[in-house]
Amino acid sequence: MYKILEKKRLRPTVTFMKIEAPLASRNAKPGQFIIIRVRPEGERIPLTIYEASNKTISIIYQVVGATTRLLDALEVGDAILDVAGPLGTPTHLPVNQRIIIVGGGLGCAIAYPLVRSMQEIGNEVTSIIGFRNRDLVILEDEFRSSSTHFILVTDDGSAGESGQVTIPLERLLQQDFYDVVYAIGPLVMMKYVSLLTKKYHVKTIVSMNSIMVDGTGMCGGCRVSVGGDVKFACVDGPDFDGHLVDFDEAIARQTIYQPTEKAHDQRACRLLQKVPHE
Amino acid sequence: MNKRQPMPTQDAALRTTNFCEVNLGYTDNQAKLEAARCLQCKNQPCVAGCPVNINIPAFIHLILEEQIQQSYNIITEDNLFPAICGRVCPQEAQCERLCVRGIKGECVAIGRLERYVADHVPSCEVTTPKKLSTKIAVVGSGPAGLTCANELAKYGYQVTIFEALHAPGGVLMYGIPEFRLPKAIVMGEIQKLKSMGVQIIPNAIIGKTLTIDQLFEDGYQAIFLGSGAGLPRFMNIPGEQYKGVFSANEYLTRINLMKAYDSSSDTPLYPAKRVCVIGGGNVAMDAARCAIRLGANNVIIVYRRTEEEMPARVEEIEHAKEEGIQFKLLSNPIAIVANNHQEVCALECVQMKLGPLDASNRARPIPIPESNFQIPCDSVIMALGNYPNPLLSKETSTLQVNSHGCFVIDHTLMTSIPGVFAGGDAVSGAATVILAMEAGKIASQSIIQYLQQKNSST
Repeated sequence: MYKILEKKRLRPTVTFMKIEAPLASRNAKPGQFIIIRVRPEGERIPLTIYEASNKTISIIYQVVGATTRLLDALEVGDAILDVAGPLGTPTHLPVNQRIIIVGGGLGCAIAYPLVRSMQEIGNEVTSIIGFRNRDLVILEDEFRSSSTHFILVTDDGSAGESGQVTIPLERLLQQDFYDVVYAIGPLVMMKYVSLLTKKYHVKTIVSMNSIMVDGTGMCGGCRVSVGGDVKFACVDGPDFDGHLVDFDEAIARQTIYQPTEKAHDQRACRLLQKVPHE
Repeated sequence: MNKRQPMPTQDAALRTTNFCEVNLGYTDNQAKLEAARCLQCKNQPCVAGCPVNINIPAFIHLILEEQIQQSYNIITEDNLFPAICGRVCPQEAQCERLCVRGIKGECVAIGRLERYVADHVPSCEVTTPKKLSTKIAVVGSGPAGLTCANELAKYGYQVTIFEALHAPGGVLMYGIPEFRLPKAIVMGEIQKLKSMGVQIIPNAIIGKTLTIDQLFEDGYQAIFLGSGAGLPRFMNIPGEQYKGVFSANEYLTRINLMKAYDSSSDTPLYPAKRVCVIGGGNVAMDAARCAIRLGANNVIIVYRRTEEEMPARVEEIEHAKEEGIQFKLLSNPIAIVANNHQEVCALECVQMKLGPLDASNRARPIPIPESNFQIPCDSVIMALGNYPNPLLSKETSTLQVNSHGCFVIDHTLMTSIPGVFAGGDAVSGAATVILAMEAGKIASQSIIQYLQQKNSST
């Protein structure tokens, strides 16, 4: 059992959680993920590591289905049934480069530790973070203080620039030279970022958050087509060359279990109403 | 006396609606009648056919004497897990194949008797062994790891098993379905190991959570790798990425380990009504039989040779047929077809014919030109076997693997890293439970020798 040490609402639907996980934290590096299970009948879901230190793992999650809903019902002092990790190949950290890191929505929780690590080892990092509206913005101060340049974008313009992350991104790419772009967020965002950077011939790394069961290469559920080859996001990734990923296929595969997932989420809601948490 | 006692089974029509065990096990009377068929041969050919050399005539004789506890003790001298092996060992290719009874009639049903003893023993308590201070790490809690851990614990070593998933058992938990091997039985067998003092740490992916070097740093004196064959094969045909195409590993793990068949489970399944399962092994039968239990109207096994060449056990093929699984033989898939939503709607195959024998001594299937045809379906499950999981070798540069990704070992089962041994599917490629157990047992003896030598030289 893995005890919850801290829980902090960042936004009404976005939450930070620090979990006691001495084994999983020991070798954890930026870009890796854990797999959690919250109840005996529960499914296994991957969550990217936000921070790993001193025998703990921190995550930032949003309630999107049954498991995150059940997770969200747990409080400090409660325990998570299973935490396995760290999984996936750590993000390759370049040195002395001009880097743009694009984060979208919850993807910013993964993008931020990357910004910090990149900056620490002497890269020049420009962060572009995008959200649907002002109420969903997370980690703004953290990004601002850790980046050389910082741009906030919201779809409706309620905070920062108005529009999509690709607008400031294109402006930057037109003005200046950059070595590499990292894009972490919804598949659609990563697709359009990759299309844009391809036009400007800037190497782009994306982080694929595919459906998976074990996270060790056993199920093959997370397979992604990359440059015509089939790769497993759990072991070969989650980072891939954005110019080679077949995003349309990935977007279709993301919805494989959608009808059942909805039903399970509704059941989770009912379960939680029956056992209200203090 | 020429016929063996039949295995009582759950009615075929009824069992396709549940996940309860299909084989119900012998009654006391049946067990005695069957035990009486054993000729108690002096040269014991059956024992030589058993990968772990259980004293078969001795345990069978004790059934006749109604000494079930003693019979059980005889088995567990060589195999701690008779309730598992009695159910899933391919006895017909091992001990039973060499049974003298089989020359003129049907061989003694050794496997069924083994299961009978395991299911009826009054107490399966194990003696707690003496304790040595030496720590040994076992990677993977499948049949190879469990057997190796058992032998080492019996010797007195402090054994810790590291399991990547949340529950121990490996393929016994995630691969073999409940109706063939109930999970409560697997857990019961593993409990015996725990009561011997073996520690099991779940959620520990060696290579990631801890490296081999870190295990040594943490004080483990030797390591056994039983990480299994967990990398699913696909066919590399067009359409494999469509929605509705799954590896048997994913399909079976969702159902067995994650209990997706149980309505209280949060693990989702793809709702399929017409399922094609590609392959002819036990895993293909397991996947097909799960699909029919989960409400598919049609389940079709697609295999490129004929039934004769199928690697699955005869019993599994028979059970599958009784449950209404269809067999489309001499058919080789060449593409998966989807609708506008990228959902599978058909499997395109080419008709095959049998040619001369190939390297595996099976007739080689040859495609018949212009014989393409489509099987309408909404899901395709690939049960084509597994490669060894590359995670550990990828993370451990000094660990040598061959071109198939299998760990390279010497005659003592030691890998390229001194003190690190390996066995089971991780070495052989996908094989059977009992062969993995055999490897685990041999490795344990090598580890004991290695540690004795190491200690005497220091």
